[in-house]
Amino acid sequence: MVAESSTSTISVTLRVWRQDGPDKPGRFVVYKATDLSPNMSLLEMLDVVNNELESKGQDPIAFAHDCREGICGTCSMVIDGKPHGPHKGVATCQTYMRSFADGAVITLEPFRAKPFPVIKDLITDRSAFDKIQQAGGFISVRTGAAPDANSIPVPKDAADLAMDAAACIGCGACVAACKNASAMLFVSAKVGQYSLLPQGQPERDRRVLAMVASMDDLGFGNCTNQYECSAACPKLISHDFIARMNRDYLAASFRQALSPKSAAASGGA
Amino acid sequence: MAKLESKIPSGPLADKWRKHKAEIKLVNPANKRKYEIIVVGAGLAGASAAATLSELGYKVKCFVFHDSPRRAHSIAAQGGINAAKNYQNDGDSVFRLFYDTIKGGDYRSREANVHRLAEVSVNIIDQCAAQGVPFAREYGGLLANRSFGGAQVSRTFYARGQTGQQLLLGAYSALMKMAGQGAVEIFPNEEMSDLVIVDGQAKGIITRNLNTGEVRRWSADAVVLATGGYGNVFNLSTYARGSNATAIWRAYRRGACFANPCYTQIHPTCIPVSGDYQSKLTLMSESLRNDGRIWVPKKKEDCKKDPAQIAEEDRDYYLERIYPSFGNLAPRDVSSRAAKRMCDEGRGVGETGLGVYLDFADAISRFGEAGVRERYGNLFDIYHEITNENAYKTPMRIFPAVHYTMGGLWVDYNLMSNVPGLFVLGEANFSDHGANRLGASALMQGLGDGYFVIPYTIGDYLASQKPGSRPKTDRPEFSQAEDNVRGISKRLLAIDGKEPVAHFHKRLGKILWDGCGMARTKASLEKALQEIPALREEFWKNLKVPGSADNLNQALERANRVADFLELGELLCLDALEREESCGGHFREEHQYPDGECKRDDENFAHVAAWEFQGEGKKPLRNTEPLNYETVKMSVRSYK
Repeated sequence: MVAESSTSTISVTLRVWRQDGPDKPGRFVVYKATDLSPNMSLLEMLDVVNNELESKGQDPIAFAHDCREGICGTCSMVIDGKPHGPHKGVATCQTYMRSFADGAVITLEPFRAKPFPVIKDLITDRSAFDKIQQAGGFISVRTGAAPDANSIPVPKDAADLAMDAAACIGCGACVAACKNASAMLFVSAKVGQYSLLPQGQPERDRRVLAMVASMDDLGFGNCTNQYECSAACPKLISHDFIARMNRDYLAASFRQALSPKSAAASGGA
Repeated sequence: MAKLESKIPSGPLADKWRKHKAEIKLVNPANKRKYEIIVVGAGLAGASAAATLSELGYKVKCFVFHDSPRRAHSIAAQGGINAAKNYQNDGDSVFRLFYDTIKGGDYRSREANVHRLAEVSVNIIDQCAAQGVPFAREYGGLLANRSFGGAQVSRTFYARGQTGQQLLLGAYSALMKMAGQGAVEIFPNEEMSDLVIVDGQAKGIITRNLNTGEVRRWSADAVVLATGGYGNVFNLSTYARGSNATAIWRAYRRGACFANPCYTQIHPTCIPVSGDYQSKLTLMSESLRNDGRIWVPKKKEDCKKDPAQIAEEDRDYYLERIYPSFGNLAPRDVSSRAAKRMCDEGRGVGETGLGVYLDFADAISRFGEAGVRERYGNLFDIYHEITNENAYKTPMRIFPAVHYTMGGLWVDYNLMSNVPGLFVLGEANFSDHGANRLGASALMQGLGDGYFVIPYTIGDYLASQKPGSRPKTDRPEFSQAEDNVRGISKRLLAIDGKEPVAHFHKRLGKILWDGCGMARTKASLEKALQEIPALREEFWKNLKVPGSADNLNQALERANRVADFLELGELLCLDALEREESCGGHFREEHQYPDGECKRDDENFAHVAAWEFQGEGKKPLRNTEPLNYETVKMSVRSYK
């Protein structure tokens, strides 16, 4: 079957959040985008608008993007009130103009959350996520120190579930969607991936305690079980991982408080 | 004339790497912290190198133009990573992986480098599994494999259709661990804009912060570039929009040789172009060719029909017909050219006639729709998002697209360029894939270079540098380089013409695709070599970049990158013109066998062409490094 040819084009009105810098006031600016192919992506539509602005010597709309295939997590943006736009399970860059009616008014805003300050227009600073990762989002294995890969069998179900969590692209839509700007879905995806795998066990307690502490320090809120995060997640990561992390956190807190510690742990020659 | 010493160790092929490791100089542990290493890029090669070098005790600074090291385009690799584990007991070995890669590269890569790559492939899988990379597993808990093009064994490890993502996040996690300990400093949003050379050695870089516009100087004892390939010179490609050649190009302009720029890979299975507004092309993983069958109608008049209405006997499964022993798993260059030939014959499908079918009807009848969904579900979803078509019901339409560049900066066996102290890893270098890369080998090379090669070989250079001898950034070489960076931006902003950057990038891409794409001729290349300088001139007269260089200015970022592409594109065509043979991804129509296969000229072209910058407006110098094959016999590459 040949794709329906798209001789008919659409036109839309954009209300775009423009903000010159982190400490500058922002405002909505209206742009018209006309004669668009419905097969064009939303970002390609913005390219067209920007090309016109640039050739007129005007400041193009700054927006974050890179891979344009939904995997790098760079694109952000709230489209008509929804992080990553109207469709479930896709990122902004995978949103196509066929999703909008001819004549639609489309509102584009940056992710809004205190730990993600606006840098310019639709671009926010999400470096807080890297800091949370640094607190514990890893399995400590020095290069060269690994045993043969098949010496650590992993049950297929555990590997599959770990992969569901590992699919997180670190975009921050979960934070933007949450009324508390909580990063629980993001953190629980990493914690969940490693706690499901045998390789992740030695650092399991330390990891969950450190990552949660870092998340709190960076100003992310707590979870109040509205699940907006998983609804907005372009990889459909389940909020079940939040519950899993809460259990892990509780158990780790008890173990840390109660289990005996070696007095000589840091000594020795 | 540049000195190209490959430093390939003597002795039998299989012992070279072991022997080299035993013989090269080491830096003692107490001295390592006195050396600073700059790593540019944090894809598979950069992140694994930065993490590992810091584990060894070196002070590492890692620069990325992305907002986080996790965004590098390695993340988009779908299908898998090769390793000679032989877990399938199907006859795989280090030698076989080596041989397949050499043959896949059409005998234009270095034997010693490729053998080393095959050797370390097994360590990569161990390392990644230990990091918690959720590879696909069998029910018994052991690792699963699948097959990829150009191989007759199953040696590809994978994590659904997101292998690159998972491997990159593994390397990123190692990098984050070291950053948390303060052993690596990470500089996001910081684009390398020039290389600083002091007394003939790479001793620093100049960066521009993309958020603030600030231009800064950084000095180091060695500089490692892991900045990826230059496929975006074609504008439309499967690369990320931000992928660029600025770091390697500006290093080239400082004297690093650029090797085999004409070796570009056109991937056979991408979603066809749909319109002029298009910003990128999306790959459909090669793994689909395990179970999908590629065909076009036998009769031209059937091309516009609904494929369901085309009877089985009216379909030409051309890869199975022409290459019976590899069939749909023929290597990328071979499959891409075959698709082009079918379309040139007028048997292409889809609106534009530039497409072939990739059909899963047989696989669905074998495994059921659920079985196909489990293997490739995410790819079918991507296809649906982009085309609005359901590939479970109707065959996918695919067409080749620019995907990878085998060429890159010239490096020796230690991965050091001809500029001492400048190391180049991953896709940014030229060394391992010859004239064509096999599927699932890019991830292997990126991680191999970063985890298991550079940590050893960089010591050989650093041991010859006095600890603490790196220059201060107030030296004239640094100010000159900084002025150069500021000057380029200033000139771009001052043009004040009429056309946006995208206008020129599109036109450059079209010139290259037509003149130096899947098939090249003397005439098409000469035409491109006329058109590119003319376009460049127009660019510098009629470009419009609004705003200033003192803050976030995405138009200026793109203008800087496209300015470099406009120079690199010319070198690509020049290299293609002077390489009077066909090999791998470089197909010169003048040099082919009657059946349309590549005709190499081993007598005159069994060498690496390493281009050396000679100054503005001057023709670059073509240096050569002969390729001496000690183990494998160069032969006609056949997949029939």
